[in-house]
Amino acid sequence: MSETWDVVIVGAGIVGAACAFQCVSRGMRTAVVEAKSIGGGATAAGMGHIVVMDDSPAQLALTHYSQSLWQHLATVLPASVEYEKCGTLWVAADDEEMQEVHRKSEVYAAAGVATEILDGPMLADAEPQLRRPLAGALLVPSDAVLYPPCAAGYLMDEALRLGAQLYRRKVLSVHSGEVRLDDGTQLNSTHIVIASGADACDLLPALPIKKRKGHLVITDRYPGFVRHQLVELGYLKSAHSSTADSVAFNVQPRKTGQLLIGSSRQYGAEDTAVSQQTVAAMTERAQWYLPKIGGLSAIRVWAGFRAATPDKLPLIGPWPEDDSLFLATGHEGLGITTSLGTASILLDHLEGKSPSIPISPYLPARFARSVVSA
Amino acid sequence: MPELPPVHLLINDVAITVDQGTTVASAILIVGIPMRLSVTGEPRGPLCGMGICFECRATIDGAQHQRSCQVLCAEGMEVRTS
Repeated sequence: MSETWDVVIVGAGIVGAACAFQCVSRGMRTAVVEAKSIGGGATAAGMGHIVVMDDSPAQLALTHYSQSLWQHLATVLPASVEYEKCGTLWVAADDEEMQEVHRKSEVYAAAGVATEILDGPMLADAEPQLRRPLAGALLVPSDAVLYPPCAAGYLMDEALRLGAQLYRRKVLSVHSGEVRLDDGTQLNSTHIVIASGADACDLLPALPIKKRKGHLVITDRYPGFVRHQLVELGYLKSAHSSTADSVAFNVQPRKTGQLLIGSSRQYGAEDTAVSQQTVAAMTERAQWYLPKIGGLSAIRVWAGFRAATPDKLPLIGPWPEDDSLFLATGHEGLGITTSLGTASILLDHLEGKSPSIPISPYLPARFARSVVSA
Repeated sequence: MPELPPVHLLINDVAITVDQGTTVASAILIVGIPMRLSVTGEPRGPLCGMGICFECRATIDGAQHQRSCQVLCAEGMEVRTS
């Protein structure tokens, strides 16, 4: 069986689902291929933090733009997505980290993102469970949380309602406008979008993506224990490191009253088995910041894979090795936030329109030379 | 065997007296109220009675989500159901 589509999307995590929704909204005949559950990979393994991040100007541009798209969509999201604008508190443990609060505040202000600087007592007021004393924090009120698998499910349902077709098959190969499925079906398109996270490497081994394993713990329901997403500023040291295994304090209040406790980063792991050593390091870190968190009941622990690129920016746009292939992967820990922006700028690019933010920093072509010489 | 003195505790501010060795789940059943309400508002009570099902959770001396079937009543204890 052979079918021809305007666009074929490989992968229905949050990025693939967002791309599918964009494609059908723009009137394209759209096929999506996903063998497993919708939003069941990295989408389900992550926290669901809609966060503006400023590791680089390009990261700031994409996260900020994407957050504005989420705010727009939030008005129609179903309750099951559990979208809540709780804000992020970037917690400064000492004066050195407080310097970072001021630097970050200026960068955000320059980008048009409102923030508030909290000193130690103000922070204690905002989050009474945090250890005292702490130096302060940067509050980013526009940041939000949501439940990613349901967000992906919503985007996919909307795409299907508007006419997309979903193939529940495994993709065997993508090449020269042809997507071959494991039941013998062949889907033809001049636009094949690879949105399968770290699994994209199974189809395109030359992709500059490495799996970066992360663990999360979820607790029972303790409404009000924390009120904002809490992230230590030391997180930046951890997240920036390209080699070492690391943990950082990152706690998220869910709309249900549950708490997600993270985070860990590890290269080189090949399976999602839970490491007790990593979970212990992560929860000890959480207890340093929230001394009473150890008294709460955890109900599940799991691990998943981020799709990490060497420069911490996603791969969005044409893949230089094959004219029919377009990438929407490599989002590492920011795929939930940047899914909507990714879909928007990729589709603008495909249609020859000028995207809302420049796509150039995310174009896969930036790695093409090293791919050829490798 | 000498008889042990009874135990006094509060369940949702109601004072009750039980025999030593009584579980908190039993004490709540004596009062005749559910341990908690589910997220959709349904009453919940002890199903397994042996600490596996988590249906009998209550707040005991300020600690939330305690399995009341696994905790013995103690003098002066304060129990709260949702």
